[in-house]
Amino acid sequence: MRAARTRTARKAMVLAAVVSLGAGLLAGCADDGDDSGKSGGDSSGKTKISLGLFGAMGFKEAGLYTEYEKLHPDIKIEENVIERNENYYPALVNHLTTNSGLLDIQAIEVGNIAEVVETQAAKFTDMSKAEGVKPDAWLDWKWQQATTKDGATIGLGTDIGPMAVCYRKDLFEKAGLPTDREEVGKLWAGDWGKLVEAGEKYKKGAGKETSFMDSPGGLLNAILSSEEQRFYDTSGKVVYKDNPAVKAAFDLTAKAAKEGLVQSQTQFQPAWDQTISNNKFATVACPPWMLGYLKSKSQPDAAGKWDVAAPPKAGNWGGTFLGVPKSGKHVKEAEALVAWLTAPEQQAKLFAVQGSFPSAPGAYGMSQVTGAKNEMTGDAPIGEIFAKAASSIPTQVIGPKDQIMQQGLTDNGVILVTQGKSAKDAWETAVKTIDNNLEK
Amino acid sequence: MTSRHDTAAPPAKGGAAPGRPPAGDAAEAERKRARLSRRWQRDMRWSPYAFISPFFLLFLAFGLFPLIYTGWASLHTVELTAPTDMTWVGLRNYTRIFDDEFFWNAARNTLTIGIISTVPQLLMAMGIAHILNYKLRGSTFYRVAMLAPYATSIAAASLVFVLLFGRDYGMINWVLNLVGIDNVDWQNEHWASQFAVSSIIIWRWTGYNALIYLAAMQAIPQDLYESAALDGASRWRQFVHVTLPSLRPTILFTVVVSTIGASQVFGEPLLFDANKGASGGSQHQFQTLGLYLYEQGWINQHLGRASAIAWTMFLILIVIGLVNSLISRRLRASS
Repeated sequence: MRAARTRTARKAMVLAAVVSLGAGLLAGCADDGDDSGKSGGDSSGKTKISLGLFGAMGFKEAGLYTEYEKLHPDIKIEENVIERNENYYPALVNHLTTNSGLLDIQAIEVGNIAEVVETQAAKFTDMSKAEGVKPDAWLDWKWQQATTKDGATIGLGTDIGPMAVCYRKDLFEKAGLPTDREEVGKLWAGDWGKLVEAGEKYKKGAGKETSFMDSPGGLLNAILSSEEQRFYDTSGKVVYKDNPAVKAAFDLTAKAAKEGLVQSQTQFQPAWDQTISNNKFATVACPPWMLGYLKSKSQPDAAGKWDVAAPPKAGNWGGTFLGVPKSGKHVKEAEALVAWLTAPEQQAKLFAVQGSFPSAPGAYGMSQVTGAKNEMTGDAPIGEIFAKAASSIPTQVIGPKDQIMQQGLTDNGVILVTQGKSAKDAWETAVKTIDNNLEK
Repeated sequence: MTSRHDTAAPPAKGGAAPGRPPAGDAAEAERKRARLSRRWQRDMRWSPYAFISPFFLLFLAFGLFPLIYTGWASLHTVELTAPTDMTWVGLRNYTRIFDDEFFWNAARNTLTIGIISTVPQLLMAMGIAHILNYKLRGSTFYRVAMLAPYATSIAAASLVFVLLFGRDYGMINWVLNLVGIDNVDWQNEHWASQFAVSSIIIWRWTGYNALIYLAAMQAIPQDLYESAALDGASRWRQFVHVTLPSLRPTILFTVVVSTIGASQVFGEPLLFDANKGASGGSQHQFQTLGLYLYEQGWINQHLGRASAIAWTMFLILIVIGLVNSLISRRLRASS
């Protein structure tokens, strides 16, 4: 009797398990369909617009969704954020190539924009034809980056990363270098070689305790960002090996590495973070968002010890675009939202909250930008400094595999010099790696 | 389908027709019975297939299809950005592997990391199992403690190990400094980095293997040890002449499983990489085959090349499997 009962109980359990698993599976499979069905208008009759984002873009934190929903009571905004672009982008490519699983609005990082423009442009609507969008509201190079050869613009720019040089006033003083931002800027105005010379002076004064710059990758990136032509020529051919500007940037960085002016570190790795909190370096190439990163990794007493000087040559580091896939259910509404989110007023608000620098020059005169201060840099007028850098950023030729080449030159190249390899060996290792990675 | 089963059951007991009111004519009943019987036959014939079909359908979708598709893709130049846009290149993706120094570098690394991680791992597991085999107080605690690393996620463990092995602020270098050894650059030196990656694997799998050995040891009859002791065998001789021979099949099993595991090492070197890509160190010093495959497929987006690497790995594994079974057959024959 008892045995029989436990058997039925077990049967019931198994049945329950099977049913719940099956239900879960069905629900999992049905999820896609359900969602798209609902987004046609949920129970309250609102149109739901979803954004696929990565990192900390801050639209929500800046209250922009709430504001837009107030202006348009029939719209409901949802975002789906993946923390790292390395994880976000492969999924986006998959969704684009299979044309499924795309949200109404998708963010695209500047490092990927050339590849998306070249290979996936047909999947996006042409934002230049969207209502109320005027190309001259954006910096020209930013607009061009998201525009195909046929003139279709697949995404509108949100932020950019105009690069300046952040430096530690206290460490500069100890090493006998000037600390006033005008004078510091004059030290290296117009020539990256002079920045390295300033580093040599710094090393003489500061000794071995600290390094002049944070990493070889940071320096190489800064120099390359200020070049008009890096890895591709205007016809789209890969020229990194033969471009004298690339070789010069590599050699200058290798020289700095050989002389011990840069730390033997890779940016954004835990060990590099620790050198921030231990005050181990005096300068770092720095777009506005870098100040936020420095703050998050610094000890509290580092606040106010930094200042921002003009770079030898202006360049751009980072930035994002918002595109609207054609496959979405609410293309019109999504386009309107993107146009609104990337308008100068909203970009200025975003800068005030998130430190993402506007890509629309119209925002540069607004009080949120002109009056901007940062905790790390005390009373430095960072808004003005970065706006000035932004206005002289060159229109750079970009290409789909920029990241592979830059990463090869950095992580399989200049870093090796800090570990004792010769510049020639490092260059050869980098070229071998890059060529293998580029070959289809 | 289950309800069909209920209605179909009665014919097996001799048919339901006689129980029915005789009003219906016999032919009708006969037809009904034939229909039911046909149903029953069909049920008997096809239901088993339906019951086992979920596995085969899933296997088709997630096992066989990818395998064949990968094989097909490996004969083409395909980019991940346009998977449908294939250009036939025949065996080019395979022939170029022969002079792809990055592939062979990865193969060498896989082999050396496999040896550095597997051999000490199994030896240590054997030692630990032997100790735990004695009557100990709180033996359950030790067993659970040993299995704890196995239950930890690779990602979490690897990230902690990266910090431990840090060059400037790592705990291991700090300890080494105390005994007068200079900082070791665990991520950039060839052997140091391979050793560091291996140590993550060893840490994770030793307990698991020890438990398997322990289970096998406990199945060895006690009287073997008693008679050996009567013959004057020391503890060590008992271990060598009683324990080890009895464990032979178990050891073989762990060797095979560890070899398979070693050839697929991926997560540890990926997360041990200081760069954000999958190059396995700035000079590819700890890039394994699995990592190289991932780099070509997902970072560089060369689907065709990655597929060819996957198939080559598969072929290499088959060769290793054959060698393994050959050796084990020899061993069995010699015993």
